[in-house]
Amino acid sequence: MSGWPYPHWPYIVAAYALAVVVLAGFSLAAFLRLRRARARLAAIDPRRGRGQDRP
Amino acid sequence: MPRRLQIVAVILYEGFVEFTAPVAEPAPRRVGGRLHRFANPGRFLRLSGRVLPWLAWPGAILTAAGLVWGFAFSPPDWQQGETVRILYVHVPAAWMASAGYAGLAVASLFSLVWRHPLADLAAAEISPVGAGFTALCLVSGSLWGAPEWGTWWVWDARLTSVLVLFFLYLGHVVLVRAFDNPERGYRAGAILALIGAVDLPIIHYSVQWWNTLHQGNSISLIGPSRLYITMLWPLLIASLGFTLVFAAIVTARLRAAVMERRIRALLQSRAEAAEVVA
Repeated sequence: MSGWPYPHWPYIVAAYALAVVVLAGFSLAAFLRLRRARARLAAIDPRRGRGQDRP
Repeated sequence: MPRRLQIVAVILYEGFVEFTAPVAEPAPRRVGGRLHRFANPGRFLRLSGRVLPWLAWPGAILTAAGLVWGFAFSPPDWQQGETVRILYVHVPAAWMASAGYAGLAVASLFSLVWRHPLADLAAAEISPVGAGFTALCLVSGSLWGAPEWGTWWVWDARLTSVLVLFFLYLGHVVLVRAFDNPERGYRAGAILALIGAVDLPIIHYSVQWWNTLHQGNSISLIGPSRLYITMLWPLLIASLGFTLVFAAIVTARLRAAVMERRIRALLQSRAEAAEVVA
């Protein structure tokens, strides 16, 4: 990395920050949704006790 | 006619009849049957549960490595200077925008032709993620264009066709949720996704077919790359990381969707049983 201060750095940093937000946001949302669904299914499905991930 | 000649004539005739007789058509290959083997929700959940960590963790590590390498350690471009670092976000996002739509189209095809039970859910879960990656591609492209081109947006063929892709994704997201009967939403979404697939070759060849402000393709699967190796490696690593992360997100969402469908079915059957008792 060279050329600091460089007039285009705000654009570069914004692009990387947006990438992190999009990737982390979708990943976190998917993880939380999956965890919630798994817990809810485990609570109401009588077959869930017999094997993991059996719907 | 001599006896031997008669025998030869009979043999030839029978051979001809046998040769020209219509052959019974072979049973059609049950492609759908084979695919349906993998549509069993229990089997899918077991298989995807094993695959998901192998998508998520390598995806996260490769994405982080590619982005850090691109941001901090790759060389500046002789012409664009440091701004070229946006490449390591923009190109993987653009790749996943197109690849994600191809996945959406394939899932839609399975849904329409073979009525694959998981294909509808897969299509419904791919489209929001694809829309997010397409939005990332468009915004990072604007952030790249503003300092390099002096404008945030131009209506050239590449940018416009990717914007159309974004609207196709949004249209699919809305359409599959727009009907009271989910099956009708899935059918309508599948038709939209298949028709919209024509946008994929337009995006790819737009920089060749039209005179665009957007630069031409820098890397090719079949030809030599125009990127120097110190820029190519972080780009490939980031692209592979984005691909794995995209696949992990879709797999996790699909697992959740299968479980949610099971929850709805259980609750509905319990409510019906309670009504019968009452």
